[in-house]
Parts: sequence; C-alpha cells; structure tokens
Amino acid sequence: MKKMLSLLLASAMSLSLLAGCGGAPQTPPAQSTPPAGSPAQSTPAPETPKSIKVAALSSGYETTYPGMWKEVCEAFTAETGIAVDLTLEKNLEDVIGPSMQGGDYPDVVLLATGREKGLTEQFIKDKLIADITDVLSMNIPGESATVSSKLIPGFVGTNATNPYGDGKTYLAPMFYSPCGLFYNAGLFQEKGWEVPKTWDEMWELGDKAKAEGIDLFTYPTTGYFDAFFYALMYSVGGADFFNKATSYAEGVWDTPEGQQCFDIVAKLAEYTAKVTPAQANETDFSQNQQLILDNKALFMPNGTWIVGEMADAPRKDEATFAWGMTALPAAKAGGAGASYAFLEQIWVPSGAANVDAAKQFVAFMYSDKAADIFLKGGAVQPINGIVDKLEGDNVMFYSIYDSGASAVVGIFSSYASVAGLGTVREVFFDPVNGLVSGSTTKDQWVNDIKAASDQMRANLV
Amino acid sequence: MRSKGRSRFIALCVAPATILFFLFMVMPTVNVFRMSLFERGAYSPTETFVGMNNFSVLLKDTKFITSMQNTILLIVTVTIITFFFAIVFAAILTREKIRGQNFFRIVFYIPNILSIVVIAGIFSAIYKPDTTGMLNNIFTFFAGRNIEILWKTQPMVIVSIIIAMVWQAIGYYMVMYMASMSAVPASLYESAGLDGAGRLTQFFQLTLPLIWTNIRTTLTFFIISTINMAFLFVKSMVAPGMADVGLSFMYAQKDAGLYGYSMAAGVIIFLFSFLLSALVNRVTDREVLEM
Repeated sequence: MKKMLSLLLASAMSLSLLAGCGGAPQTPPAQSTPPAGSPAQSTPAPETPKSIKVAALSSGYETTYPGMWKEVCEAFTAETGIAVDLTLEKNLEDVIGPSMQGGDYPDVVLLATGREKGLTEQFIKDKLIADITDVLSMNIPGESATVSSKLIPGFVGTNATNPYGDGKTYLAPMFYSPCGLFYNAGLFQEKGWEVPKTWDEMWELGDKAKAEGIDLFTYPTTGYFDAFFYALMYSVGGADFFNKATSYAEGVWDTPEGQQCFDIVAKLAEYTAKVTPAQANETDFSQNQQLILDNKALFMPNGTWIVGEMADAPRKDEATFAWGMTALPAAKAGGAGASYAFLEQIWVPSGAANVDAAKQFVAFMYSDKAADIFLKGGAVQPINGIVDKLEGDNVMFYSIYDSGASAVVGIFSSYASVAGLGTVREVFFDPVNGLVSGSTTKDQWVNDIKAASDQMRANLV
Repeated sequence: MRSKGRSRFIALCVAPATILFFLFMVMPTVNVFRMSLFERGAYSPTETFVGMNNFSVLLKDTKFITSMQNTILLIVTVTIITFFFAIVFAAILTREKIRGQNFFRIVFYIPNILSIVVIAGIFSAIYKPDTTGMLNNIFTFFAGRNIEILWKTQPMVIVSIIIAMVWQAIGYYMVMYMASMSAVPASLYESAGLDGAGRLTQFFQLTLPLIWTNIRTTLTFFIISTINMAFLFVKSMVAPGMADVGLSFMYAQKDAGLYGYSMAAGVIIFLFSFLLSALVNRVTDREVLEM
C-alpha cells in the first residue's frame, strides 16, 4: 500500500512538472454557420461562409508598415462581406503547425518555400495543397479584371507555383523581391572601384580590396545561398541548365556548367571574411550584415528587405553610406548577369474548410486596393505596372532587370522525403560554412551533392 | 470498513493525476515507439508501415552518428567539469570563511534562472569573433597581440558550447551540494581535525562520502537534462549542421518531412538516456554512510 502510494505521488509530481508546459487551451474555431433567414435564401445559392481563417507570416514588410495585413483583410471584408480571422506571426510554423497536425487548417496560408522549417515544402511533398488554377481566371472581387490579366508573365508556371509540372497551379505568387549582391555604393565611389560585371573582374576586385584589408564577400547565413545559387546556375548555364539542375538531371553536376558553379562558390569561399561562419547563425547573422556597413566586406547576397532590417544599424561612414545592389556577375565577358526573384507564395491547404472563399481571398490579393496597401509596407507583388508605383531604394532594386540582368524564377523540384537524405539546404548550402572555415573540402561537398542529387531525382514527386 | 473508505478517498485523490499522467506522458511515449515504425510527413494524414527500416537507415546515417557522438562528448565533458567545479565551489563556500559568501552563491546561481534566449545573447557578445568579443578581448589584453578566435565555427564550436553549458549549470548544482554539505555536523570536522586530518583529507574522507547519495541523484538528473539542454544551446547558439546533437538531428528530420524517421531517432535517444542513467546509477552505487 505504501509503495503504491509513493508511486502515485511520484507520478503526481511529474505531472505537476508537465502542467507548466501545457499551453492555453485551443478555443474551437468559430464555426461558420450559414446565414440564417437572409432574404436571398429563395434560390439555392452556394452558402457563403461568414468568416475565413488567414494565416500569414509577419515579415519585414509588416514591421515597415504595422497593420498592413489587418488593413488588407478589412478591405476584403468590406468588398465581399466575408470576415477574416487573421493569424499573423513571425514564427508562423510553430503557431499553426500543431493545430494543423490536429486537422485544423487555416483557409489561406502565406508562407514561402525555402524557410528553415520547410512547412510549405512538406505540404507540397504530401500533396496537401488545393489546386487553385481556376483563381487565375477568376474576376478579382470589386474589379472587372481577371487575376491572370494583371499578373506579370513568367511568375506562374515555374515549379515555385506549379510544383508537380502538370500545368496546374497550387501556389499563387504573392510578393517578389529581386535578390542580388548588396554593397556600400559610397565605398565604391570613394575608392574609385567599379562594380564587377564578370567573375574574373570580381576576383580582381577581391585582390585589390584584400590589399586594403577589406574582404570581398560575406553572407548572413547559409540559407541566403539559395537565391544566390539559383542566380549563379542561371548566369552560368542559362535557362536550359537551370531547369536541368533544379530537376536534378542525371550527370548535370559533371557538365562544365555544373563544375563552374562549384568552382565559383569554392573560390568565393576563399574570398569570404573569415568571421562569417562563426556568425552565420540565427543569433548573430546581423553581425555579418554589419560587415558591409562597417566597410569590412564588399558584397553579401541578400534581398530588398535588408534596407529596412539594417535601417537603425550604425554605419562606418554615415555621410557616404548608400545601399547598392547588383545582379550576379556574368559567367564570361559579354554574358548577362542574373538576379533571382525571391517569391513568397500564398496557398490554400486542401484540408481548408472554406476553399471557395479562400480562393476569393487569394484573388483579392491582386486587387489595386490590396496592392496599394502592401506597397506601403514595401511589399511588391508581380502585378503589371507595379514598378512605376515604387518609391525610394526600391526603384533602383526593382529596375535591376531593366539593366540587362536575367530574371530567375523557380526552385529546386520537390522530392519525396527519404530517410537519410538531407534537405536541399543541408546538402547544397550548409556545407559552405565548412568551405570557408576549411573543415570541408570542395571535393567532399561536390561528391555529397552528386550522391544526394541522384537520390532526389529518384524520388521526385 | 474504515480502511475501505480511506482507500476510496486516496483513490479519488490520486485519480486526476494518474489519468492526466497516463494521457500526457504514457500515451505519447508509447506513440513515439509506434510512430517510429511508420513513415509519414508531419502534416500528412496517411502513414505507411515500414517496420524496422527507419532504424536500419538511422544506424548508417553519418549525420545521426556524428550527432550522437557530439551528444556523448557533451554529456561526458560537461558533466565532469560541472560536477568538479560545483563540488569544489560548494566545499569552499560552506567550509571556508569567505567574505560575501551569499554574494557568490547568488552570482553563481543567476545563470540558472536566465532563459536560453538570454544566454544565447550573452554568449553572442562573449564569443564575438573579432577583438571586440569579450573572450578575445581578454586574451588580446594578456597576449599583447590581436587574438581573434572564431568561437562559433569549426573547430572551436563544441568547446564554446561546453563552456556555455558549464556556466549555466554550475550554480544550481553548487547550491544543491551546499545544502547537503551544511547538513554535515561541524563536530565531525572538529574531531577529524583533532585526529590530524588536513582540509583535503577532510574533504575526501568526510565531505564526499557523506554527500554521496546526493551526488548520485543529481548525476542522473544532470545526464538527462544535459541531453535536453545541449539541444537548446546548439539550436540557439550555432549555425545548423555545425555541431548537431541527437535532439537537433531529430528536429531537423521532422522539418524535412520525415516524422517517422525523427521518431526513430527519438526512440534511440530515449533508450540511450535510459540506459545511461541506469548505468551511472549502478556504477556509483556505494554503501550509504549514516551520520
């Protein structure tokens, strides 16, 4: 009896430990009941739900213009009468992930591919995203134009929006931001340096800067290499090579183009500021970005959000500092540079309760009303004529494609997860830290990529 | 009759706890074992039975082996260093007359109440790779030349994590040992002193044997908590893939869409910590001394 009692007491004790861990109870979502007794009930019209649940990532745009998403949702409600229950979080995966595991899905999710937690990728792999091809031909609520008539051509149709290559669109292109190499234009002016047009010029500049104690290159974290590597592949081998490489075609890494990509990254690693990998983590990455402001490194791969992100950071020379952005240099003289258009997608989980209303919401995202609100936060959508509405630094950033750089859109194809096979980031980009610090050799890195690439091809979804 | 009512009362009192314990501890643990035999995405409603396949792949996965090696390295080094300093500091603070004893006790204890995010922030300043970093700055001062150690990358990264973990854990265990050391009657030390035992002999012959049960218990706690804490430190302090430990490997697999595989890693880590605790318990078994 005594033993039993102590056993029970012990379990009670461990339980009290647990009690602290329990989160607040999830309140059941407000069930959308059909509008009762409304006069339009005589004809059996499809029931419009009273509200939909929208989950959006709270990114730099929201920081620039707080309340951006709320305003857009209110505009949607004013237009369609459908209320929006908005979840806006910086760590969106951690907030909506657990309830989705329990089968409770938001109706619309704004979350891009290429994030560390890979939630969107998992939904693609498991085919849990609703087909929204018909949204493209839908009329935008409150306007007479269709969605596709307003979209800039080329943004729909890549594997970033049509992941299965079957001509069906599952993810709508929401915000895009040209990625490239960011630098301090003031420093270049002061030293009389030219922004390199080819990689050979880049290495020359690297040696010149080294002599003055400035490193050529740094990167915030290895995650920033995805946009860099996409643009690199495109500038080296053009669209054909890019498509082959992103679908892991057999032998693609043994081609001269493939080898050249690896050579450039490996050489760049030698020119990278040595402190970079020591700060390439979630806590310290802004210290790497600071290297540019401190004139300790010349270039870093980044996106247009960097301007807002580092707005309050101290500059080495407050008077002359000015952000500059360039496309990746051309692979050979006379070739074109390339800039990756980082795309954030908006999508509808196939488990969503109100798929039709969700599609309306997605269509509304392309309305002039919504686009103008998003622009206040600096968020730019792939809508015709949007570039003319831009202000400030964004004018220069978004004109990058006008000055001859190829626009690169698309992502590595999704493959079914296989035990023991890493993610694209783990295989391709994380080892760059090792290349810089010298703990990984180029051959090791390339061989791992080749081996993994074969497995990825075999498991394409 | 009275005893029946009494046991009914007891049953009623412990029922809520037992039910909740079963619901939130036993069932999930059993579920981990079950899911390790299946493969599914974290969000997919379907799952396929793959038997022991997850385990056979896991044991060949070099990433997993490296992470387990890191885990073991951290457990061994952090435990030894932490316990050494915790016991020595506790002995000094209880046995010796030191000015500001309480001050030191509080200073050592503070790291324990800080959240891991704060600790990561503090060590971000300490480990800054240029000469403005606290550690590099101190070394530069004493060496007389610029020392720029890259703390958070290879090969120093694991050392950095060990330092941070020891710093965080020492205070808590020191306070625990101080409590049990002050329970040792002063008369024992007095008579030992009369018998001619020096301070060191007193420490090894009296203090250590008398707090041995306490050390044993805390050792088991510590090993289990190190497995968890190592994950938090690695996750919040260094770049992914640089010094992965067992649990961070497990999380990465979940994010890659391999829920079953990550559960298989979970099973192995569970068994590993279970066996290690049992082993430590066994090895440290001594005859209990009564005061």
